[in-house]
Amino acid sequence: MPQLVYSGRTISCDKGQTVLDALLAESFVVPYSCKAGSCQTCLLKCVYGRVPEDAKAGVKDTLLKQGYFLPCLCHPTENLFLQSSTDTELFSTVTVRGKNFLSEKVCQILVESALPLYYHAGQFVNLRNSQGVVRSYSLASVPKLDKCLEFHVARYRNGSMSSWLHDSLEVGQTLDMSGPMGNCFYLPGNPSQDILLIGTGTGLAPLLGIVRDALATEHKGNLLLFHGSQEKEGLYLHKEITELARLYKNFYYYPCLSKEDASYPYKISRADDLAFTTLSDLQGWRVFLCGSPPMVNGAKRKAFLLGAGLADIYADPFEVKELRSEDRKQS
Amino acid sequence: MGNSLYDEIGGAAAVEAAVDIFYRKVLSDTAVSHFFDDVDMERQRSKQKAFLSMAFGGPNNYSGTDMRKAHAHLKEKGLATRHFNAVAGHLQGTLEELKVPSNLIDQVMAIAGSTHDDVLNI
Repeated sequence: MPQLVYSGRTISCDKGQTVLDALLAESFVVPYSCKAGSCQTCLLKCVYGRVPEDAKAGVKDTLLKQGYFLPCLCHPTENLFLQSSTDTELFSTVTVRGKNFLSEKVCQILVESALPLYYHAGQFVNLRNSQGVVRSYSLASVPKLDKCLEFHVARYRNGSMSSWLHDSLEVGQTLDMSGPMGNCFYLPGNPSQDILLIGTGTGLAPLLGIVRDALATEHKGNLLLFHGSQEKEGLYLHKEITELARLYKNFYYYPCLSKEDASYPYKISRADDLAFTTLSDLQGWRVFLCGSPPMVNGAKRKAFLLGAGLADIYADPFEVKELRSEDRKQS
Repeated sequence: MGNSLYDEIGGAAAVEAAVDIFYRKVLSDTAVSHFFDDVDMERQRSKQKAFLSMAFGGPNNYSGTDMRKAHAHLKEKGLATRHFNAVAGHLQGTLEELKVPSNLIDQVMAIAGSTHDDVLNI
């Protein structure tokens, strides 16, 4: 059984257990969120021993060089000497420049980074508040269009970070930020390709960034955005996106309500269902999917079966389940 | 003439062209698609690329042991020869769709067929 050396103690990692679970079981405090290799909140450094390749998926080269890996995906095959992340290598400081409620449950947060940040609309960063809580948020802003970085934060019941951002955060305050990460973004090659975007809830944030990025890059193909929510409140920025669709004739917007008696201009449907009945052949399309993991995973398979190449499907499942259970334990 | 099977088929580009078509055929076939319900699609795609590269006579680090391990859990779900044959049929269909000459298809199918016992853990 491989041993883990961390913070001056040696523990064993059982067969089938991840490094993260082994550390948590021994009551080590390791920040984590998704436990699925996407959010990169739990990054640790391995200073001695070989980490299996699987546990390096999606970690930036510069961080890999320094020994960083994903403990939540790591099933060690040999003894590992671990170190917690060095803050300065991962986090920088950003200042809050704006905070607006886009609906009762969604708050727009604008921050400014002291150092220029190289990112693509649709990628995500991790934000950390003064209590040390870390959560991932997608970037809705576009580098060449917006001075500030923009996030859309949905309030989750018992969500300690989202409640704090909604209730306590003030303009002028600072936050710690790491990133950007993720590969769900627009690339300018193939400008005549048609693009399908499906998002639920604040999955709209990265998609809207991608749309604005593509339009500003003079994308020639059609862009079809399906935004889904259970209630009207969830279809925030409805007016602004409708206006955008009026300005660009290759951009189409389909606001979808899954559980309410809806009338024009809303469609009564789940966003993914409507998208896949509207478009039955996705051969040659580029597809972006953001939102709840069941929607994203189901839609990914559906889009693939309808002809989209897997390499043309970009998915960003918002893993919030783990976050909720963690917050419930704390409260 | 004298080229390897892999070169004649078209090398890495042929693998790339075949993988999505093959995977799509497999997922669309309800006789076998349930074996793929819980898999990560990207990971599955890269595994299938590795398999196709091997079946096309190209670079690979195929090992019977890995093949056995990868399919062991499907035994409980009833994985049997008829499923193997169905997937092999989709491979053949993929190659036909890509207009691969039939003498090359025969060679690929022979290599693919040689994995039967490992896949089924016999």
